[in-house]
Amino acid sequence: MAMSKRRRATLSRRAQYVLLIVVALVLAFIADWAELRRSFFDVDTAREMFPSILTVAFKNTLLYTAFGFAIALALGLVLALMKLSSVAPYRWLATIYIEFFRGVPALLVFIAIDTAVPLAFGIAFDTASKAGVALGLAGGAYIAETIRAGIQAVPKGQVEAARSLGMSPFRTTVTVVIPQAFRIVLPPLTNELILLTKDSSLISVVGLTRAEYELTKFGRETLSQNPTLTPILVAGLCYLIITLPLGHLSRHLERRTGGKKVKAPESTEV
Amino acid sequence: MGSEIAVEITGLKKSFGSLEVLKGIDARVGRGEVVCVIGPSGSGKSTLLRCVNLLEEPSAGRIVVDGVELTDPDVDIDAARTRIGMVFQGFNLFSHLNVLNNLTVAQRKVLKRDAKQAEGIALRNLARVGLSEKADAMPAQLSGGQQQRVAIARALSMDPDVMLFDEPTSALDPELVGDVLGVMRQLADEGMTMLVVTHEMQFAREVADRVLFMDGGYVVEEGPAEQVIGSPQHERTRSFLARVLNPTHQGPAAG
Repeated sequence: MAMSKRRRATLSRRAQYVLLIVVALVLAFIADWAELRRSFFDVDTAREMFPSILTVAFKNTLLYTAFGFAIALALGLVLALMKLSSVAPYRWLATIYIEFFRGVPALLVFIAIDTAVPLAFGIAFDTASKAGVALGLAGGAYIAETIRAGIQAVPKGQVEAARSLGMSPFRTTVTVVIPQAFRIVLPPLTNELILLTKDSSLISVVGLTRAEYELTKFGRETLSQNPTLTPILVAGLCYLIITLPLGHLSRHLERRTGGKKVKAPESTEV
Repeated sequence: MGSEIAVEITGLKKSFGSLEVLKGIDARVGRGEVVCVIGPSGSGKSTLLRCVNLLEEPSAGRIVVDGVELTDPDVDIDAARTRIGMVFQGFNLFSHLNVLNNLTVAQRKVLKRDAKQAEGIALRNLARVGLSEKADAMPAQLSGGQQQRVAIARALSMDPDVMLFDEPTSALDPELVGDVLGVMRQLADEGMTMLVVTHEMQFAREVADRVLFMDGGYVVEEGPAEQVIGSPQHERTRSFLARVLNPTHQGPAAG
């Protein structure tokens, strides 16, 4: 006799639980726990990493990211305004920039900043500037598109109200449009910050002194002396200390703006 | 009718692409006069209003407000707009500012009034619309009727010579319409020059000095409110009013 759909679903769910337990048990039996622990989490190695992982690497990751984010934000705002400009060449320039930097790996940008820029322009950056500029150039392209979308999401009525009160187009943009656009793009901007935090690891391709190590470089250097994954794991956990709260914040902001009151309908009459 | 002309519209035409919405409008509003514009949807009455402060650029014709020709390409339109208050159907309060800042931001940034003076003027106008206790509220915390009264107070805080109202009660729940109309009636009584696009026939009849009936991009009929609404001369005005005033008894022989 055929089983009812509900009965079949219950059975299938039980089978999946059983499978999960069996796999876990088998893995537990065949694994060499001592070796596993030594490979993935060696307490002595972990202890050795402190406190410099916090005082040097963690601090530098925050510093490079903050620097990069500041540049990316400023650049992104300028590019977004250019992209919405009534002057066509501004739009073209912004589009070319955005398409280029979104289309090439951020790693290339880091290498270019480290190698080509000093050769071409005779400017030598210190490490924090290198990281900040490279992250800013690459991140600015993404943030520009985010901000542009935010500006376009500001209701037209807000601009009309500002203009009808005698505000100039520039005054309207600064006083009404940009503050509202930033409220709208706060959740996606927080996500961009998470991406920049992770991309700050790319600076480890250039030569760094010990005092300039960030989390990834610090992890790799420790790894080369202690053949265990512990340093990578600890470095990863340090990233999570930054990225998990930011992700939580982003979702919180999204809920808040998502729940905002819907505007009254605009006049549809022409 | 006022002896002095506040708004003068001559030969106004407006097209959106190939669609001609205004086909030659001549109208004037005297100082201290209240003029209501009525007419069916799509007749161009909102466009007419939006041309008066150049939110829409006229395709042809002249707009003169307080002796300043706004259609002159060399006019300082931002300065001219500070003299023309506008109230929108969708309120359009600045959603990131509280009520008080909605009322002070343009006073300070455009008229360059200092904070104290701007605040004083804002609070006086909030009291005028009966919302003194809402100075610290955010727009989203207010009802539609309250938002619209704040919007009126915001426009008044610039000390305008003329107020434009673009269907100010059309987005409101019926029970909130009265508060807004009450504020507008009070403004009219105080002698404000007002050009009002509205579907509120009762308001037009009681408050307007003159009524313009628009249809198809033309002013079809104009005159004292009692005459245009009470005993319209044109067939189109009659059938429009019949549909608006008595919507459940529509028929070919309306009236």
